Amino acid sequence: MTKTTTKLALAASVATAVAGLTTAAQAQENVKCYGVSLAGENDCAAGPGTTCAGTSTVDYQGNAWTLVPAGSCESMDLPEMADGTDRMGSLEPLDRDLPQS
Amino acid sequence: MTSQAEFRVALLDPHQTPPQGVVTPDGRPVFKRFDVYRNNVAVSLTEALETAFPVLRRIVGDAFFRAMAGVYLRQHPPRSPLMMFYGEDMPGFLQNFAPARSLPYLPDMARLELAIRQTYHAADAAPVDPATLAAQPEDALPRLRMGFAPALRLVASDHPVHGIWAANMAGGDNPAHRAETALVTRPEFDPLVDALTPDQGRVLSALGEGARLGDAVRLGGAGFDFGPLLTLLLQRGAIISLTIEEPVS
Amino acid sequence: MRDTGHIQLPPSPGVGYKPQHFTAIMGDPGPVGWLEVHAENYMGGGGRPLAQLRHLSERFPCSVHGVGLSIGGEGALDADHLARLKTLCDWLQPASFSEHLAWSSHDSAFLNDLLPLPYTTATLDRVCAHIDQVQDVLGRQMLLENPSSYLAFSESEMDETDFLAAVAGRTGCGLLLDVNNVFVSATNLGYSPQGYIDAFPLDAVGEIHLGGHDEDEDETGAPLLIDSHGRAVVDPVWALLDHTLARTGPRPLLIEWDTDVPDWSVLAAEAHRAAEALHRVPA
Repeated sequence: MTKTTTKLALAASVATAVAGLTTAAQAQENVKCYGVSLAGENDCAAGPGTTCAGTSTVDYQGNAWTLVPAGSCESMDLPEMADGTDRMGSLEPLDRDLPQS
Repeated sequence: MTSQAEFRVALLDPHQTPPQGVVTPDGRPVFKRFDVYRNNVAVSLTEALETAFPVLRRIVGDAFFRAMAGVYLRQHPPRSPLMMFYGEDMPGFLQNFAPARSLPYLPDMARLELAIRQTYHAADAAPVDPATLAAQPEDALPRLRMGFAPALRLVASDHPVHGIWAANMAGGDNPAHRAETALVTRPEFDPLVDALTPDQGRVLSALGEGARLGDAVRLGGAGFDFGPLLTLLLQRGAIISLTIEEPVS
Repeated sequence: MRDTGHIQLPPSPGVGYKPQHFTAIMGDPGPVGWLEVHAENYMGGGGRPLAQLRHLSERFPCSVHGVGLSIGGEGALDADHLARLKTLCDWLQPASFSEHLAWSSHDSAFLNDLLPLPYTTATLDRVCAHIDQVQDVLGRQMLLENPSSYLAFSESEMDETDFLAAVAGRTGCGLLLDVNNVFVSATNLGYSPQGYIDAFPLDAVGEIHLGGHDEDEDETGAPLLIDSHGRAVVDPVWALLDHTLARTGPRPLLIEWDTDVPDWSVLAAEAHRAAEALHRVPA
């Protein structure tokens, strides 16, 4: 692309983009404060007693975790993963390796 | 003496006995009483990760996610007291986490979910009036530099990272495989995620690093049309400043 | 009575603010006269959290309650975190800033829990030095809160009440008395909650906390109460509050509810009960 064609293409892009905005809503002035925050708030509460989360760890070495079918994205086409594994399934560790609750 | 180093190690490793010197009121060794603290740490960090990575959790399932979080929180406890940003090591962790290796898009999904939270908490900035842009003389456009809102994030991926995210959040169709760059912006208070082509991602990334518009659009390749990207950026209120570099006289 | 200039919050019910209650609180706060926020949730650059806080602070006195400073930590305070606290307090100008007698960070790891420390002359020196530093940097008096305890330290040399009295005396900080924490710790460690209140340096109290706890037991069958902040305040804790207010007079009184957060009406009902407790006390 020459400098002239770049310039012309840019001018056309800007004109089209800005013109296309006339019907698009500009940022609202009113403050939309309501809404639940996203994730990870600090608080000073204690967790639920002495459940197993603090006292069990899962060993993920070796074959402790395995792939099982189900979950989302089953039909997603991921050609580079065509290695014979059931890659479209969700991952779950074997039951025996789950924390006992 | 009970050192906090000893306390911390025993907190995160349930195979350790509780540290010396922590006792019941009548001076006996503690077991379940120490587990209260172990549990507070593990549960609160697991819950922080669950709320931080809803799409990762949906993809791998609750049981897998909780077990993975148990591994993650012990390898990567928070480095800052700001729980809203916890999980910053998740992309690298997933890269090397053998049980997740068969889902190669997970690290990019973690990057996107981190970006969404960073966007949510980013500083406010007023967008430029599009009329200011329209008023720029044609000759000056190649020398234009754009400043972007602190909330803007780009996540480039070899996978349809936006498509997978959208399918899990909105329950849409599963995406066809292609490379995508996710654009995260915050016109008001809620982050929006849009899909860019890799070409658009490269051009915007260069602009974000301060490249002149004329140089940046060349990275889009022959026939690149800047218009759709510009429309999107203006709609999302992502451009906050325009400067023209004076020509060398 | 000693200087009570550290009380800048109104002696009325307050609640721990949760974003899902924004519209309800702005619409009808009921008896709620002030709000408390956890400092760390407002340390981002902007967006909805800070916009909400700005709106709330135009209407209500606010208390900033830190949960991440690790004042009881063996190491130095996190200078970056202290700077973030200063930024927040300088911007918001809250009526009160408080933190916990606990530690939560070690080296570079933040463990997201309020962890216990032994009460010795060495830990007293360290806690006082940290509070001096906080008050210097923030340029304001802070309140220090008594913790919930699940275990004891064999090396402790003094009672928690003596420790807190010494901290307040040496640093000039005020104290935040969490009555539920007193009940939880007293049950778990086998002492009288009323006796604790009677031994507490009550004239330094700038704020009182109330919250719900869960009931469990340890491996010997002894009661083990967990400070979950996920339920209504129980009757014995309301009774302990009456015992406390009879000695302190009216004080800013906060309802904390952090897990399984209920609808606003449930929290407002707790605040009404707090208002009744305050009304029973002669000013």
